[in-house]
Amino acid sequence: MKSGLRSALKRNPRVVFGSAVLLAMVALAVLAHWLAPHDPLEQDLINTLLPPAWLGGERGFLLGTDSLGRDILSRLIYGARVALTVAVVAALLAGLLGSVLGLLAGYFGGWADMLISRVVDIWMSFPAVLLSIVLAAVLGAGLHTVVIAIVVIDWTRFCRVVRSEVLVQREQDYVASAVTIGLSPAKILFGEVLPNVVPLLLTLFTLEMGIAIVVEAILSFVGLSVASGMATWGGMIAEGRQYVNQAWWLMVLPMLCVIVAVVGMNALGDGLRDVLDPVKAR
Amino acid sequence: MSGSYLLKRLLWALPTLFGVAVVVFVLLRVVPGDPIAMMTPPGARAEDIARLRHLYGLDTSIGRQFVTWLAQVARGDFGNSISLREHVATLVLGKLPATLELVLFAMLMACSLGVGLGLAAVYFRGRWPELAIDGFTGLSLAIPDFLWALLFVLLLGVMFPVLPISGRLDPGIAFEPRTGFYLLESLMAAKFATAGVLLQHLALPGGALALPLAASITRILKSSLLEVMNQDYVTLARVKGYSRARVLLRVALRNALIPALTLTGVQFTFLVGGTVLIEYIFAYPGIGNLAIGAVIQRDLPLIQGLILTFAVLFIFTNLIVDMSYALLNPKLRKA
Repeated sequence: MKSGLRSALKRNPRVVFGSAVLLAMVALAVLAHWLAPHDPLEQDLINTLLPPAWLGGERGFLLGTDSLGRDILSRLIYGARVALTVAVVAALLAGLLGSVLGLLAGYFGGWADMLISRVVDIWMSFPAVLLSIVLAAVLGAGLHTVVIAIVVIDWTRFCRVVRSEVLVQREQDYVASAVTIGLSPAKILFGEVLPNVVPLLLTLFTLEMGIAIVVEAILSFVGLSVASGMATWGGMIAEGRQYVNQAWWLMVLPMLCVIVAVVGMNALGDGLRDVLDPVKAR
Repeated sequence: MSGSYLLKRLLWALPTLFGVAVVVFVLLRVVPGDPIAMMTPPGARAEDIARLRHLYGLDTSIGRQFVTWLAQVARGDFGNSISLREHVATLVLGKLPATLELVLFAMLMACSLGVGLGLAAVYFRGRWPELAIDGFTGLSLAIPDFLWALLFVLLLGVMFPVLPISGRLDPGIAFEPRTGFYLLESLMAAKFATAGVLLQHLALPGGALALPLAASITRILKSSLLEVMNQDYVTLARVKGYSRARVLLRVALRNALIPALTLTGVQFTFLVGGTVLIEYIFAYPGIGNLAIGAVIQRDLPLIQGLILTFAVLFIFTNLIVDMSYALLNPKLRKA
């Protein structure tokens, strides 16, 4: 087992690092209630803006406190829950919508392809950041808004990639054979072509999780994500920015969380791409 | 490049623009918040509300509102901003030059940094500068631009305050611009001190926007340069006795630029979109900052005008990128 892990690390350190980050996030999100030393909303107005313990703060508040005396560590842990929820749900839904449309466009071609590709083109000429902010304003602040914004914007990523992959797969012999033995288009598409696109989807899904974490951070930074009391990394960055002259760690700690999460997801996605690509894996 | 190619590209942009207009319009008609309710005091009389509704054309059918709106937009009339009580066109045109200067500055920075580092990485292949450049590109790509912006604020604005972190120009400076293009104007009027101050204000927001783009240019240029360096004509040039640097600059770069540009083309538009958040963080008075304000105020006409402006910027950026392929690649010129 040990040598297995070591060889896996040697072969693809990115997958190992990315999975470690993902597992850590899952653990934090699921066990937040037990791991967090304090209630993330509990205010302690005597101990406000405490620095982290090793910079002269209190030992009870390992990473210090914010302007209302709330424990930073606990808020970061609960923030992981929000980030992970958004990442998983949004990436799943965007992947579902995008890949179904991509499969249809790529397999059937003709007017279906024309229509879907044109919509994708138009969609991609929106500035994504602006669109997500507008959507958030239209739908009102909240977690569902963040998820909808990500799905509405990023389904095109899946659609484009899946479409072009299906265009390649469609020309393969196995599809011709399936047509010859009289399988229905739906059976060929979802039973034969789809499994061959799954490795690609897995990679895209992981990368999309990274994107979703950033979008959530951006929207909560601008104040358009969840209600202000709840802890989100982006919201904490925005709060920290106001105290950047007195307490730099307030802004830096949640930024580090976002960076580690995004780098982890990207590493996992890129690593999976190499591992799952049969040509490169050899 | 032929004029008909250009014309065809421009015509292709029209349906896209129309699609954007439809989506923007539909999207903003389903807003739950009532803008009229937001702009009237709580005790407003019903007939006053109705009059305002009529004034802003909100009392007709959606289809009719769309046609009216589209006809106005075609004439350059985007209506009045509800929160700022000014013509949308005036507001947007007033702030657009600031954003254009920022975008162009960032693109220039990204291209020169990206091409320079890409060349350096190949020139120093196998030695420590290559590793340093690889590390730099990895880091720049991993961290999203708004976090770079905040890091810059912290490091270069607060901890070591060397560069300004807010606005476009120091308030104390005597500079009365006639256009919105401050930098261009100050350079043309040979006011170099003012231009310097403007550049200092551009440095951090421009840098935050440029870094991710620069990193992907570096990475792609490096791999296409390495590919080109294995070609016969490069070997021939080396055999003829050209120095490594000369081969890299004169022969390889020209051929490697095309794939690099093709692959990074889309990212130039990301940079345009990135201005929204970056301008907000640096309190830079451009259309991105205006957009965030408009969204928070739910200012429908202003949001519509801004999104269309951004869409036009996107389309133009794409057009310019496509045209530069054609300029660089002789094969495409006739197509």
